[in-house]
Amino acid sequence: MIWSWIPQNWSLIWQLTWENAKLGVLSALYGLIISLPLGIIAARWRWFYPPTLAVVNVVYAVPSLALWIALIPAFGLTDTTVIIGLTAFSLCVILPNVVEGLRAVPAPVRQAATAMGYGATRRLVMVELPLAAPVIIGGLRVGVVASISLASLGQLIGVSSLGYLFIDGLQRSFPTEIYVGLVCVIVLAVICDLLLVGVRRVLTPWQPRRQVALAQWPGLQRVALRRGAA
Amino acid sequence: MSFFSYAWDWVTTSANWQGSDSIPQQIIAHLGYTVLPLLIAALIGIPLGVAIGHTGRGAVLVVNLANAWRAIPTLGLLILLAVYLGFSILTWLIPLVVLAIPPIIINAYEGVAGVDPDVKDAAKGMGMTPWQQVTRVELPIALPLLLVGLRTATIFVVATATIAAYIGLGGLGRFIIDGLASNDYGPVAGGALLVVLLAVLVLALFAVLNRLVVPVGLRKQAELGRTE
Amino acid sequence: MRTRTATGGIAAIAAITLAAVAACSSSASSSSSSSASASASSSNPLSSGGSSTSVVVGSANFPENELLATVYAQALQAKGVKVSTKLNIGAREVYYPQVEKGTISIIPEYNGTLLTVEVDKTSTAKTTAEVDAALAAKLPSTLQVLNSAPAQDSDSITVTQATANKYHLKSIADLKPYAANMALGAPPEFKTRSDGIAGLKATYGLTFKSFVPLDESGPLTLAALQSGKVQAADVFTTTPQIVTDKLVSLADPKFNFAAQNVIPLVYKPAMNATIINTLNAVDAKLTTEALLQMDNAVITEHASYSTVAAGFLQAEGLS
Repeated sequence: MIWSWIPQNWSLIWQLTWENAKLGVLSALYGLIISLPLGIIAARWRWFYPPTLAVVNVVYAVPSLALWIALIPAFGLTDTTVIIGLTAFSLCVILPNVVEGLRAVPAPVRQAATAMGYGATRRLVMVELPLAAPVIIGGLRVGVVASISLASLGQLIGVSSLGYLFIDGLQRSFPTEIYVGLVCVIVLAVICDLLLVGVRRVLTPWQPRRQVALAQWPGLQRVALRRGAA
Repeated sequence: MSFFSYAWDWVTTSANWQGSDSIPQQIIAHLGYTVLPLLIAALIGIPLGVAIGHTGRGAVLVVNLANAWRAIPTLGLLILLAVYLGFSILTWLIPLVVLAIPPIIINAYEGVAGVDPDVKDAAKGMGMTPWQQVTRVELPIALPLLLVGLRTATIFVVATATIAAYIGLGGLGRFIIDGLASNDYGPVAGGALLVVLLAVLVLALFAVLNRLVVPVGLRKQAELGRTE
Repeated sequence: MRTRTATGGIAAIAAITLAAVAACSSSASSSSSSSASASASSSNPLSSGGSSTSVVVGSANFPENELLATVYAQALQAKGVKVSTKLNIGAREVYYPQVEKGTISIIPEYNGTLLTVEVDKTSTAKTTAEVDAALAAKLPSTLQVLNSAPAQDSDSITVTQATANKYHLKSIADLKPYAANMALGAPPEFKTRSDGIAGLKATYGLTFKSFVPLDESGPLTLAALQSGKVQAADVFTTTPQIVTDKLVSLADPKFNFAAQNVIPLVYKPAMNATIINTLNAVDAKLTTEALLQMDNAVITEHASYSTVAAGFLQAEGLS
């Protein structure tokens, strides 16, 4: 491990990290922006969800590299190709969470809101979405972390990202570079993950902190509920 | 020309089905790279996940794993091992096993821990030993989620095995990496299409498995909204 | 009320997020595919002379080429030219069209393979002078090559010392009786290149048992050679491991591989006198020995490309 390599190449490391971060974060955000309206529709009109879920399952199964390759004739070997592919992936992770989160809002709560005079839209924005927020943000967390990690693969089609450190490290048999790349990707992903945890805390101040760790996974939420933690 | 026309032209060229690097051979190689790590990961992950779900100890580990495992860059891990181990079976086996274990453990844990406490109490009340509780009650109920975990892991391994061609492995990724190097979009598109078809096949396989193995009542519960 | 705070929080976060997305999207589209140095821009065919023209220096996806690109980039920057780099693009088949279009302005090339792979597949030019002349004559109108450097980095069919001793191998021709039992390892594009598998067959009558696609004379190729996964491999002649691992590069008496001097391939409309003179000055000082030394520093000692490039330019008085 050659530690001196790090300060010597700091600007390169920083720039690659920034490019990787852009690719990953933007993709997840776009995925969220698309998932929200789709998820609201699917939660409301039940017949819409099963076909949507089937499509989502298939797209989720497609390896990112294959998806990018399919996009190359249209978008070239560019950032756009990578972002579109990763947006599709994030969509597959976030959409089910939006639907489940909205559906998990207890019927009595919805009825109480209606009784208080909330119209459907106001109820959605002020009651249902905030209650679904932990689950939605849980999906967004997975989307961001996975997108950041997958963005490093973009280097295989020439899109600049932290993957460059892996490739150059392989060519020169230079483990230091590879470790730096690994650490940067993981640290970047963890930072974004923690930022989103902070966002969740800001948006849902009524949630006690401890059990929320379990609650933002739909499956684990059921576990948490059964253990009386809700 | 579109992606599909390039891919179709290449896949239907009979020359690509013969010889030493032919399509059938790379498909078989790819399956090999997928099945072996998956078996090992299942052997490690399912017992661990079930144990943590049943006893409740180590749940913190699972929660943290659930967030962290997707952060590991697959290419980096493969390359790291290639630099240290060179050409050895462990170079690809270790990363693929390591990457396949988390979804299996997480879903095994979720499945077992999510069993209705009343049902668990009833099992204890009937005098079942812990082993019987797990095998006769908790595992069958956890089966849908277990299958979801295996499915996620399989898809992940198929995708990572594709990239492993970059460190010299065979498999369908070989067409992609070689095509990219020669700027020949035909094999790139063809290889990508075959990988997608393989992934869809995996989905279909697990759907069939679900039908066969999981009791009807539990199936309904699991069908709603799980990609992971 | 709690709800109002939450809604206010949502609104604030949404506003910040949208602003960030807008900022990131606009900078994402404008700076896609440029790295460390200054402003990204592709060359404008209408831009005329002056030393502050922007150029894009690209490189292929192997360390030596990245090193050479860094040398060119730094030399140009020292003369006041605005440079941005786009390194690690891919094999020639990927970056050549980009130079033709002008997306890349300058790329370090090797005259022999450039000629036979992209420009004139039927060319029989073999020596440095012949190859340079053929290139000057046959390159498309948007492209130009500057002066070639004395430094050469050729493909070579290389074997381990043990293999060379076992079969008494000195030149590629000696492989003929044994090739049918040998696996050949090389970069993936070797399979289809005219001086690759086909060239070896035409020039020396060699048919190998199998072809194993590896990397550009990198660790995969060297490991495969050492471990016996392949018995012969395409190893570039300035690869430091040839010396450290005592490998034997077989002679090429029939010139299957033409002379391969380092030469800048440039996009003509982006050039001006300053750029051309600077690059020619660099090439004049670039000997095989110097290149081998730099490769050793970068590959074996893991020095960074920019440090090694700067060292070379300073030693030669070019910075």
